[in-house]
Amino acid sequence: MGFPHRSHPRETPLLSKHFGDVDARTLTGWRQRGGYRALEQALAMEPVAITNIVKESGLRGRGGAGFPTGLKWSFMKPGDGKPHYLACNADESEPGTFKDREIMRWTPHALVEGCAIGAHAIGAETAYIYIRGEFTEPLLRMNEAVREAYADGILGKNAMGTGKRIDVHVHKGAGAYICGEETAMMNSLEGRRGNPRIKPPFPAVAGLFGQPTTINNVETLAAVPHILTNGPEWYKGMSLASPKSSGTKLFSVCGNIQRPGNYEVVMGFPFGEFLRDLCGGPLPGRRFKAIIPGGASVPIQTPEEADGTMMDYEGFIAGGSMLGSGGVIVIDDAQCMVKQIARLARFFAHESCAQCTQCREGTAWTTKILERIEAGQGTMEDLDTLLEIADNMTGKTICVLSDSCATPVVSGIKKFREEFEAHITGKRCPMRAVAA
Amino acid sequence: MPDTKMISLTIEGRAVTVPEGTSILEAAKTVGILIPHYCYHPALPVAGVCRMCLVDVEKAPKLAPACATAVADGQVISTRTEKALEARKGVLEMLLINHPLDCPICDQSGECELQDYTYQEGRQDSRYREPKRFNPVEDFGGDVVYVPNRCILCTRCVRFMDDVAHDPVLSVSERGDRAVIGKFDGADLTHEWASNVVDLCPVGALLSKDFLNKARAWELDRSASICPNCTQGCNAIIETRDNQVVRMRPRANPDVNAYFMCDTGRLDYRWINRTDRLEQPMMHVNGALAAVDWEPALAAAAAALRGKRAVVLASPMLSNESLFLLSRLGGRGVFRVAQGPEAPLEGVPDLALRADRAANVRGAEEMGFSRTAALSGVGAGDVVVIADDDLEGLDTAALGGATLIVMGTTLPEGIAGRVAVALPTTNFSEEEGTFTNLRGRVQRFMQARAAPGLARPMWYALTDLLALLGQPSAYFIASEVFDALAAAKPSYAGMAYDTLGLRGSPLPAAQAAGRSA
Repeated sequence: MGFPHRSHPRETPLLSKHFGDVDARTLTGWRQRGGYRALEQALAMEPVAITNIVKESGLRGRGGAGFPTGLKWSFMKPGDGKPHYLACNADESEPGTFKDREIMRWTPHALVEGCAIGAHAIGAETAYIYIRGEFTEPLLRMNEAVREAYADGILGKNAMGTGKRIDVHVHKGAGAYICGEETAMMNSLEGRRGNPRIKPPFPAVAGLFGQPTTINNVETLAAVPHILTNGPEWYKGMSLASPKSSGTKLFSVCGNIQRPGNYEVVMGFPFGEFLRDLCGGPLPGRRFKAIIPGGASVPIQTPEEADGTMMDYEGFIAGGSMLGSGGVIVIDDAQCMVKQIARLARFFAHESCAQCTQCREGTAWTTKILERIEAGQGTMEDLDTLLEIADNMTGKTICVLSDSCATPVVSGIKKFREEFEAHITGKRCPMRAVAA
Repeated sequence: MPDTKMISLTIEGRAVTVPEGTSILEAAKTVGILIPHYCYHPALPVAGVCRMCLVDVEKAPKLAPACATAVADGQVISTRTEKALEARKGVLEMLLINHPLDCPICDQSGECELQDYTYQEGRQDSRYREPKRFNPVEDFGGDVVYVPNRCILCTRCVRFMDDVAHDPVLSVSERGDRAVIGKFDGADLTHEWASNVVDLCPVGALLSKDFLNKARAWELDRSASICPNCTQGCNAIIETRDNQVVRMRPRANPDVNAYFMCDTGRLDYRWINRTDRLEQPMMHVNGALAAVDWEPALAAAAAALRGKRAVVLASPMLSNESLFLLSRLGGRGVFRVAQGPEAPLEGVPDLALRADRAANVRGAEEMGFSRTAALSGVGAGDVVVIADDDLEGLDTAALGGATLIVMGTTLPEGIAGRVAVALPTTNFSEEEGTFTNLRGRVQRFMQARAAPGLARPMWYALTDLLALLGQPSAYFIASEVFDALAAAKPSYAGMAYDTLGLRGSPLPAAQAAGRSA
């Protein structure tokens, strides 16, 4: 993990403004850059007023589902006599996604501040930051930032001298993709096996330790201080296409592309220009073959589909995919699609929590068939079987991991069927033939 | 309960009204519809993981798991739409792809829900062409062996040990299709109630070592019975093969044992099959015990008893009926009962392996028998009726010079030379009758096997004996004895054999106590 690239002029650095700025990590440095003023402002406000501002801003969950954040906060009923909890989902494990990692590495105090504001807004005294087990540096930074915030009186039983109690605990996960699913994360926080829970009850009714709980993504919470500082209208105004998507969004770009990295653009930015201008387009002599725009769980796009897509929640759906986590995986014409999809399926098979039958057996079965096709041992019937397995894995399980595994398979077979068929009829991987 | 809101809905075209909060699966049961399921069990927390109970709820975009979805007013539920059938077919196919399909050598075969539902609505073939996953068989300790290849990871066993036994030694280990049921290091399934996981397992993954390879399910004859091994009176099923008891399993009764039975109770059945039985009436003829017919033996017993004081040493394993007629012999009645440590099942109120290790201690007490450790105060002129007490551990010197009449399943060792008459009787599995459990619940047991030789139910022999002694008694079936008992014993007043049913009924006093509690 090195330093980030220099910001591209067409980017709108809000969350990423201080990426690479070593001094921004410390409390002193963060204060010099305007940090904790939003929290000070928030603690003087009624929780419902903060929630309303966030509602008006149009901020939506950046973890993948895109649920309106203010609405989610408003589910937490004040004065119900129960302890409320805020849980920050920092278990960023979606393949191809590394935006939360950079927020925590470079601007840990932004997240502490966001958590403190969020906790106050939902009537919680305790916030948990659940960090992915493999994230060693982000964990280090977050622990240090929380320590500094306590030492300075920002957190604790008298947060910023207001008499309000706000505790933030950093919790390290043990390395399981499924713990990024919010109910599995709550089980993990409680010390149980990270298995997703059946909903209902929803977390806002009975979540962490059975109490009302709100779960927000790192990027979502980090955006909140900016909204309080600059006002909801300003945030809502940052929208190039659909008015239902506002603000900036971090996109993690990886794969066969000139300049991989994190890019922050305003919602609705044209995806084609993003890939070509900001990220530099394909590697020399290559062409894009497939784009997975929102982490491994979303449908695969063809370059043509990607070209006409506006980068926001609605735009990606119109483009046949989803915004997801904003993890853009670029695959070029030197890659074997069957191999890439098999690799994705293998990931999901490895990470299935094993509760639901369709997921436990289906992810592994899918992987075995795909790997067999890739090795030149497939049959045409296998493609039908794959689609029927995918159908059985969709919409029938406790969480969506099963659906996530089926998604790239279905879109892959639909959009790159000739590649699958070439493996079957040629009894070998055609790409391997090129390489040889 | 007037404060419970009732919900009305339609399941498979049938109108159903159930209390609010009831699951679709339980609601369907009330109108006789069994929605296929594996992980759901009424005694365990809902897991919702097997996804077998998916049903079609009108207007809902997705299929709903019937076990984890509460009923709602006006819901229209179909269990057999194409969508629901396809989903369940898909689950069954997935459950079988790594299953070894070794039904011919699997103990569960014939009583396996994987077989049943596959036969009912599964695919005819499998599309699985890959190698199957393999994991070796593991000894889980206690009476349990784990065959991971057959496991469908329904987690019933894990939830039983966690939430019912409160001895969390099992868990799901690993993820994805590598997942297996794991046992914590150093822990074993030695909990007194651990073998219930074998019954709970819907497939052949958890098996009883005791029953392993002993019989095929379809060779067994099953009878509703009561576990005779302690005063709890757990409802049980006795399973026999060729007249031999080969397994005892729990029979559900929410008022006594829920769905469970302890290991001590279920595994202590071999004595029922013992072959060194007293099979013929015997009496002293020319200085030695000789086999005779029932008539002379009964006449000899009557002659011995006439005008004498009787001391009855009864077994608390005897039925209420036998104990009642024994009490009519007059004289003094005592019983001895074996003791053992009490072992509760934490998650179920008032369910334990009890210290008194015999089924009918309460019944014996109700019939006027008193508990004793040793026999005393027997005079030379007395007649001691040894009613199925094996005399083990009893100082036979205490029998003094009394005349001995044995009515029992065996002839106690060491006293053969002194026995005047021995009358062969059946044990509880060879007759029908009732026991009264420690909370005063009167429960019926059915005959499970044929009686050996000329053995008769003890109450039947006593009917004849009492008649010879001038006490009018003409009982031909157990229910007649019970009804006479109910008429004679105030604590059983108003009870009738025919209304006990298969789940029993509390004594009037126990019922009143239960109501005020």
